[in-house]
Amino acid sequence: MRNVYLITAFVCVAVVSLLGLRGTRFTAPPLDVFPEWAFPSMEFQPRPKPQGASRFFADGQADRRPVQHTVARGMLRDDDHLFLGRDSAGEFARGFPAAITVDPEFLQHGRERYAIYCAPCHSEVGDGNGITKRYGMGATPSYHDERLRTMPEGEIYNTITNGKNTMMPYADKLAPAERWAVVAYVRALQRAQMGKPADVTDAAARQTLGLP
Amino acid sequence: MSKLFPKSANKLPLQIVIYVGVLAGIATAGVTYYMTPKYTRVGYAPVQPVPFSHAQHVQEVGLDCRYCHSNVDKSGHSNVPAAQTCMNCHGTIKPNSPALAVVRESFEKNTPVPWVWIHKTPDFAFFNHAIHVNRGISCVECHGPVNQMETVTHMQPLSMAFCLDCHRDPAPRLRAPGDVYNLDSRTLADQGRADEAQNYIHDWKLMPPQSCSGCHR
Repeated sequence: MRNVYLITAFVCVAVVSLLGLRGTRFTAPPLDVFPEWAFPSMEFQPRPKPQGASRFFADGQADRRPVQHTVARGMLRDDDHLFLGRDSAGEFARGFPAAITVDPEFLQHGRERYAIYCAPCHSEVGDGNGITKRYGMGATPSYHDERLRTMPEGEIYNTITNGKNTMMPYADKLAPAERWAVVAYVRALQRAQMGKPADVTDAAARQTLGLP
Repeated sequence: MSKLFPKSANKLPLQIVIYVGVLAGIATAGVTYYMTPKYTRVGYAPVQPVPFSHAQHVQEVGLDCRYCHSNVDKSGHSNVPAAQTCMNCHGTIKPNSPALAVVRESFEKNTPVPWVWIHKTPDFAFFNHAIHVNRGISCVECHGPVNQMETVTHMQPLSMAFCLDCHRDPAPRLRAPGDVYNLDSRTLADQGRADEAQNYIHDWKLMPPQSCSGCHR
């Protein structure tokens, strides 16, 4: 009997030596302890998954675009100002689309999106000195010149949607309403740089800034 | 008549019963330790086709998680970025780096970068990213401190017990909405703001499902 216990102890030590401890870093594909062939479950279902592969479609992608010349219900983009930034004459539109209400909440949303997607290059204040400049990004324009201050809102929207020069489109990251929120925040940044002492009306803030 | 069995054989049945008990104990311990995701998945750090460092992009460059994983707060699926997202910067920065060859090829040929999928839930469990991050559950809770990782490593078991631990009592895991994407931030409870966490639970009507159909459809 003693030998049986010795052999058991040896097997235990051998298994632990082979399998190691929990949480050890490894690069090989993880062990499947309940493989499908032995324990059929619904762990792997043949349905298309987001960003998944497909053996059915020729391009190998499970994600599909709408069939050409079709529009899903509720997805008709018939407001050129809202979706293209253009007015009825096809020029870049000035002002915000009627469907958009610019309020503090909307600006706050624009600020958040701007900080995520724009600030890395354009910087938090919009002067074009974002962090990417340090790594070799070419000249990023500042928002604070006459050309961009007078640029129609629709053109800024169009730049976000389709990109410009080395800037790639951000349409995949920002929905149309979010792009308009960013446009509104860019306008706020431009206004902030044009501030004058007379703009500060809050008494406490005036005192902090040393204004009479 | 000669003795067919020695006298010690009388003890054998008992010894065998005891040994089977010991063996069952060892087997139980082994299964508990080795046959759960805590062993099979935690620590998985596959070699990726592009040696992408989250640590560098988050801590050094300061990118928000959502710059690349842009759908995490809008969709159940948190997307792996398209090659174009990389090219937003790497079209100009290090445009000829050999480490980025796979990304450039993907961008030019419109083929996916063959990233190795690390954090998997079984197909019968439906996890929704948006509802979690929009209700104060930070990326770090399930993915670990990705912002410090040179190579992404599986940190949490992501087993059903792991999900239920939090679904039964989400309060200690909640962060303020502004801290969700700041992976170095501490939970409200850790900051001594447990009251606020309770307020969020009340105001947001947080009732994480514990019924089967909450996650299994």
